Amino acid sequence: MAIVQNVWFFLQDQILGMKWLNALIGNLLTALGLDISSRIGGAVQFFLYDTIKIFVLLSVLIFVISYIQSYFPPERTKKILGRFHGIGANTLAALLGTVTPFCSCSSIPLFIGFTGAGLPLGVTFSFLISSPLVDLGSLVLLTSIFGGKVAIAYVIVGLVLAVLGGSLIERLHLENEVEEFIRKAGRIDLDSPELSLSDRLEYAKDQVVATVKKVAPYIFIGVGIGALIHNFIPQSFVETVLGGDKWYSVPLATLVGVPMYADIFGTIPVAESLFAKCAGLGTILSFMMAVTALSLPSMIMLRKAVKPKLLAVFFSIVTVGIMLIGFLFNYFSFLFVV
Amino acid sequence: MMNLKVIGTGCEDCDRLYENTKQAIAQLGIEAELEKVEDLMEIVKLGVMTAPSLMKDGKLIISGQVVSTDKIVKLLQK
Repeated sequence: MAIVQNVWFFLQDQILGMKWLNALIGNLLTALGLDISSRIGGAVQFFLYDTIKIFVLLSVLIFVISYIQSYFPPERTKKILGRFHGIGANTLAALLGTVTPFCSCSSIPLFIGFTGAGLPLGVTFSFLISSPLVDLGSLVLLTSIFGGKVAIAYVIVGLVLAVLGGSLIERLHLENEVEEFIRKAGRIDLDSPELSLSDRLEYAKDQVVATVKKVAPYIFIGVGIGALIHNFIPQSFVETVLGGDKWYSVPLATLVGVPMYADIFGTIPVAESLFAKCAGLGTILSFMMAVTALSLPSMIMLRKAVKPKLLAVFFSIVTVGIMLIGFLFNYFSFLFVV
Repeated sequence: MMNLKVIGTGCEDCDRLYENTKQAIAQLGIEAELEKVEDLMEIVKLGVMTAPSLMKDGKLIISGQVVSTDKIVKLLQK
């Protein structure tokens, strides 16, 4: 058992967390004459370490994820989902949401495709909630910062939020809150192109290049903010405003996170530095979920497909859900002490 | 005559896929009708859910990816 635990910690700290890289950068900076115990030196070290770590993890992850995703184009996901009913369909939608390639720009065709295929509204929303919130990438990244327990708990509560949120929307019978033209769209089943192994590998490689290009600015901004928090914001301030024992920290983090739009990779360094300064675990998770799941651009896109009332219901359910998850994690944070 | 549709709501990737497809047709020296489908309603009617995509005679041959001219040439020869 002890061996298994040691292997796991090695994996978590050295492979995923790349602690050796931090030490290496520290030594290099010291050799160059920079005092890494000073604020500036510490900020430089954090910036270099985090940027390199995130880009390496990002590239490896996107490659693996895209390879898996090449088996689940939305057209196929739609067909699979059509065979299930009730809560089973919601659960499956939430799970498929984690492996189907998704960006806010494709949410409309996807929404139309799902609804037009006769999938219940709730199933579509389960998918829409889980897709940006939980993916394989977030699982690995969270493991690297907070450890495996938190990562798995995050994925589970994220999926639960997607299933319950979708089911709730279905119960409310808001079908006529979907824009007219979508309901008339009708059902078209397309066969997805057949891909060979080399096609899939090429697809995965292309996705890595495209994703790195797309999220690079977010990462630099995220790491920059992270480095500032890491070295210039006093711990007492973070504890007072965002500490897990402060009830207002969760709503605050959620409200700040909602209008922001960033990829999960951009929010990771901010989360990392806040965590080091003793912000509440639930508070941080609320912030990350709010940033990734809800954003102004995706709301604007979704508004084209659904009427304001349904949009407001969706928005409220997700916001309240995120806050509940935050409270839950703060309350039970003693379970996750590393 | 072969009918090709490049599908996607006017994004950068869609333009690149369109250009590559145009070049592939030229390289093969075949007669083909090449269309750009950018209207959301039209896309919905085709049943496509990812952009950019390429459709050949009503069949999806590329889904959600920009591919090189060479690759398109191979796909069109099939």
